[in-house]
Amino acid sequence: MAIAGFLRDAEASSSRAAIALPVRMRDVVYEIAGKRLIDGLSLSLRARSRCVVMGPNGSGKSLTLRILQGLLQPTSGTITWSDGAPGHAERRARRSAIVMQRPVLLRRSVAANLEHALAVYGERRSERRGRVEALLAMAELEHLAARPARVLSGGEQQRLSVVRALAAEPALLLLDEPTASLDPRATAMIEALIDRAHRQGVGIALVTHDIGQARRTADEVVFLSHGRVAEAAPARAFFAGPRSEAAAAYLDGRLFY
Amino acid sequence: MQDFGGAFVEAFSRVLAADADLVEIVVLSLRVSLAAVGIACLIGLPLGAALAVARFPGRGVVLVLVNALMGLPPVVVGLAVYLLLSNAGPMGVLQLLYTPAAMIVAQCVLVTPIVVALSRQIIESLHQEYDEQLRSMGLSRLQAVPTLLWEARFGLLTVILAGFGRAIAEVGAVIIVGGNINHVTRVMTTTIALETSKGNLGLALGLGMILLVLAIGVNAAVMVLRGADRTAHA
Amino acid sequence: MKRRPFPARLGRALAAGLVALVAIANPSRAADDRFIIVQSTTSTQNSGLFDHILPIFTAKTGIEVRVVAVGTGQAIKNAENGDGDVLLVHAKPAEEKFVEEGHGVARTDVMYNDFVIVGPQDDPAGIDGTSDAVAALRAIAEAKAPFASRADDSGTHKKELALWREAGVDPTAASGSWYRETGSGMGATLNVAVGMGAYVLTDRATWISFANKGDYSIAVEGDDRLFNQYGIILVDPERHPNVRAEDARTFVDWMLSPEGQAAIAGYEIDGLQLFFPNAPAPVVKG
Repeated sequence: MAIAGFLRDAEASSSRAAIALPVRMRDVVYEIAGKRLIDGLSLSLRARSRCVVMGPNGSGKSLTLRILQGLLQPTSGTITWSDGAPGHAERRARRSAIVMQRPVLLRRSVAANLEHALAVYGERRSERRGRVEALLAMAELEHLAARPARVLSGGEQQRLSVVRALAAEPALLLLDEPTASLDPRATAMIEALIDRAHRQGVGIALVTHDIGQARRTADEVVFLSHGRVAEAAPARAFFAGPRSEAAAAYLDGRLFY
Repeated sequence: MQDFGGAFVEAFSRVLAADADLVEIVVLSLRVSLAAVGIACLIGLPLGAALAVARFPGRGVVLVLVNALMGLPPVVVGLAVYLLLSNAGPMGVLQLLYTPAAMIVAQCVLVTPIVVALSRQIIESLHQEYDEQLRSMGLSRLQAVPTLLWEARFGLLTVILAGFGRAIAEVGAVIIVGGNINHVTRVMTTTIALETSKGNLGLALGLGMILLVLAIGVNAAVMVLRGADRTAHA
Repeated sequence: MKRRPFPARLGRALAAGLVALVAIANPSRAADDRFIIVQSTTSTQNSGLFDHILPIFTAKTGIEVRVVAVGTGQAIKNAENGDGDVLLVHAKPAEEKFVEEGHGVARTDVMYNDFVIVGPQDDPAGIDGTSDAVAALRAIAEAKAPFASRADDSGTHKKELALWREAGVDPTAASGSWYRETGSGMGATLNVAVGMGAYVLTDRATWISFANKGDYSIAVEGDDRLFNQYGIILVDPERHPNVRAEDARTFVDWMLSPEGQAAIAGYEIDGLQLFFPNAPAPVVKG
């Protein structure tokens, strides 16, 4: 409950030490049509930590996020959520929320998109207005509240998409290349928003190809290759010199197979 | 045979004179068809949406069946509803035969398959766009139905208009179950059929034009409502 | 549990919508709404007879009469299903069979008019002005002149078939060539006949009130065999318990009473009387 209430008692949350393990994936395999796309992947994400997931196209980054979100069922392997806060386990939807590269917003106003999400997440009617305002403020979208969501700029749409995910009060925010199609200024605003969420106690798992973004964001880096974890390391160590050949090649822009 | 212009003048002079009988007939037509379409939508839209998102064995058969039912001949529906509602039929005790309620039932049977089949198609393509997002929010496929229905609202308006068009224009079913009783179950189409059989072709044609004007009015009103909102949501 | 609010809300909305629609569709009628249903023929309806006489009856008794006008065959069938309180048609043998089978209380003559054969001005069968209906049909068959038949098991159709039998011609053998079976009501069949230049048998009342005559006129009339008798039958309330017996009996009695008979005789178009009352002596209410 402490995590779930992050927007209201953000100070209290952020002062708490990040020790709990939100999730551990162990020997996860995902096959489709006989093709093994995730091949025995094991990975731990810590609460309130910022983990950047990198790797070449086809290495299984997006699949990993989707499996974590429960959008895909792994063929085998286990995913264990260990709850940092009591009572968290019964609220499966709140463990994580996901932001896609291309946001799918409803054909409604900006505020109504958040209203809808809050209704889905079971927020009481009387609470919704206040929460919508807080989320709009967080995304710096107050002035666009009544605007149809689908006419916003790409950056504005993605900010809305991020706070819509945060409406779930997740322990872990999953982001799948959220800035891949945005300009530098819009990218900076998304990064600031991610940073704000993190400071309020939300764990981050960010898939990105943007090495600069990875350096700015990561506490730790997980590098995937061929559906497996090639390397998992603290960010500073990783960027100082990756131990795996695959990651080193990737950072140098070399081809590696 | 009278010319078109003469027919038009005759029909509209009756409208302008607020011919009480004609007004009654127009009002009953609208009441019956709007109620039938309303009920058909209450049944058909959620059903169509559920069919769009649900996956179950035999789904293909159901889809073929629903699509085929769109082409039900009104006379057959009229006959079936008559046999149901007749005093000799299983639902005779309701005493609905030769009442507007019977006409609503018949039109509802005609319109519901249209609403189900077309809304199924619209929602299914919309669902592909929204599926991952809505599931990531923890909504099951069926729980997503209300959201999808609202998101599809612009397309569904056209579905509703298609259903209304079928209802307001059909004569074969309502004349059997309504009986075309003056002041009770006489609507635009049955009046047109009656006037035609009396040889009053000009008047029949004029009434047909009024029907057309009504249909245009309803469509235009819906399009104006829809246009204002739709452009906003791109 | 706070979750899953959507389906519950949808269900509530559906229920509310349904209630509202039922309310729109069925505005409450006056409690003293008395009515009967008369199964009758297109000829009586299309000629305007009912529009003339029913208001008189309703004003006197407060009973509304709802007329379902279909072919005689369908009218009898509907009444057999109990979907009518009174039957007013013109096919005596079928009416008597209806009563024999226990669907009707009794059959009484109520009025008559006559059938006529109408045809185009160029008169391909050369029958204009004759009064022998059977000979005229024979001439039509020999000339293979187009003839439009109701072919819908109506009273008029039954009469037509009887005349063909008497003429010794089986026109259905020529169905699709000069003998055209429309399967429609009197008015629709007249429209078809005028459109294709075919002769057609029609009751005089429908013909007089028919507005799309084109160049057509009466070719054959005045044959005793063209007599067209209408009968009235109270649907048996013992066989069909839904019959509004009392009000229906009031209507039948009124139609047969001097007042009702006078109302029938009083209906004219362009000074022509369309129906001739011929009920037997006033019946005693029983």
